[in-house]
Amino acid sequence: MLIEPATLPVRSGEDVVRVRQTVRTVAMDLGFSLVEQTKVITAASELARNTLTYGGGGEVRIERLNEGPKRVGLRLTFEDRGPGIQNIELALTDGYTTGTGLGLGLNGARKLSHEFDIWSQPGVGTRVTITRWK
Amino acid sequence: MNRLASRLPAIVEQHQKQIVDTWVQQQLESGTWRAGRLQETQLRDEAERFLELLSKTLKSGISFEPRSPQWADVREFLSELSRSRAAQGFSPTQVATFVFSLKQPLFALLRSFPDDAETVANTMWEATLLLDALGLYTTELYQLARESVISRQQEELIELSTPVVELWPGILALPLIGTLDSDRTQVVMETLLQRLVATGSSIAVIDITGVPTVDTLVAQHLLKTVAAAQLMGADCIISGIRPQIAQTIVHLGIDLSSVATKASLSDAFALALKRRGLSVTSAATQSAHRA
Amino acid sequence: MDRVPILRLGDCLLVTVQVDMHDQLAMTLQDDLTNKIVDTRARGVLIDISALEMVDSFIGRMLGNIAAMSRILDARTVVVGMQPAVAITLVELGLSLPGIRTALNVDAGLALLRTMLARSDFGGHAD
Repeated sequence: MLIEPATLPVRSGEDVVRVRQTVRTVAMDLGFSLVEQTKVITAASELARNTLTYGGGGEVRIERLNEGPKRVGLRLTFEDRGPGIQNIELALTDGYTTGTGLGLGLNGARKLSHEFDIWSQPGVGTRVTITRWK
Repeated sequence: MNRLASRLPAIVEQHQKQIVDTWVQQQLESGTWRAGRLQETQLRDEAERFLELLSKTLKSGISFEPRSPQWADVREFLSELSRSRAAQGFSPTQVATFVFSLKQPLFALLRSFPDDAETVANTMWEATLLLDALGLYTTELYQLARESVISRQQEELIELSTPVVELWPGILALPLIGTLDSDRTQVVMETLLQRLVATGSSIAVIDITGVPTVDTLVAQHLLKTVAAAQLMGADCIISGIRPQIAQTIVHLGIDLSSVATKASLSDAFALALKRRGLSVTSAATQSAHRA
Repeated sequence: MDRVPILRLGDCLLVTVQVDMHDQLAMTLQDDLTNKIVDTRARGVLIDISALEMVDSFIGRMLGNIAAMSRILDARTVVVGMQPAVAITLVELGLSLPGIRTALNVDAGLALLRTMLARSDFGGHAD
């Protein structure tokens, strides 16, 4: 049974906390193991902080995915209308020794997710989508 | 199928009692009925509740598709029924038959009405599709329940077959035996880390003497576990690496430089003791010193 | 606004980080801690993260900052109580928390601090 996607604001420190708590609840409900839950909340936290700090605030869409009995997952889409990322390639290849918070966060989220997608246009905004399967 | 024009909801609602009576009677007389395992009163009660839910849902008229949200109550009922029947020893076929057998009294009733042949045929067809889908749903439920039992048993097996032992206060050992697959390795490694916290042990010896081969994935899990233990404030020593495995590790380009390794478990244990500031001395030597 | 509690254990300070830290709380903690290190002339700082269900790069940076600030104020820092799931995730993230020593629990952390302080007092520079 499909449950409608939920959208949460990401405009303050408290919002980031709430996003983590909500993702935790949904992941638990989907039957993710403790380690799996931790990975997805950490990825969500990275992206939420990015949205707040570099995107000027935005929102996150939380979707449960059910594409069959062994294909259950969680998809998070973070979107903001901030300044956008000038050079996505560069941001994504930033090493951990020299990376800015933005690059670290994006790379971190990518490493912790099964699927990672990013769209950004300077002056328009940024949208990052991550998916984690059970 | 024009649901609004269907005769099915009205017929079910108006003749609920009659359908239940015929249905229960038929089930009691059938060969699949096992008297003594199920009281007649319980059967009647279940039949009534099912018809009630069926009638209510049909009346709401939105959809005849059992997978849609409107049919949640009916599905819930069937789910409970499956569980209780399974607990009483009934097979999934018998549970599904409970639903399929409703067709007979329903059709008998439909044929008794003075409707034209086409309407009767259409209504029968609607009922067939609906009850077939609901009956099949109960068999799916049964399968899902079995699968979850099997996977839980598999987890328990994994836990049982790789115990973490305490060699000495503060020193744990994890003797791995047999071929390691990715899933099992992950579970085992997580268990080790949890035991480190639970026992407050700062050293874990992972012995792979009993492991015939190691592939990239397993080696990576091992290394990640060692790294995680180090992050937590504990240390790992890997022992029992056989020559073939050493070769595989080098060929796969895996870097073990951050991990202490020892050929045997006893060497690893000695190292662990040393790290904790302990040593083993001979009692004879001790008493000689004392003398 | 709530603050993270800082307890005094002899010449060490024990910081117990609760769940769900947000930026403001982290900043306040750094301020409070540095002040207290100076006020109490603490030689050691123990950060207990056993209640943290998640450590991301921000919190990792915060821990690193605290260790660095304390070091400048002549105190050593040990982080204790990291949960296995958190450790596994950090490894996956590739975050190694450089410059941060860890121990399994408060007792082990205190013992480690003693060792670190003894070494530094008698000529070791490598802490």
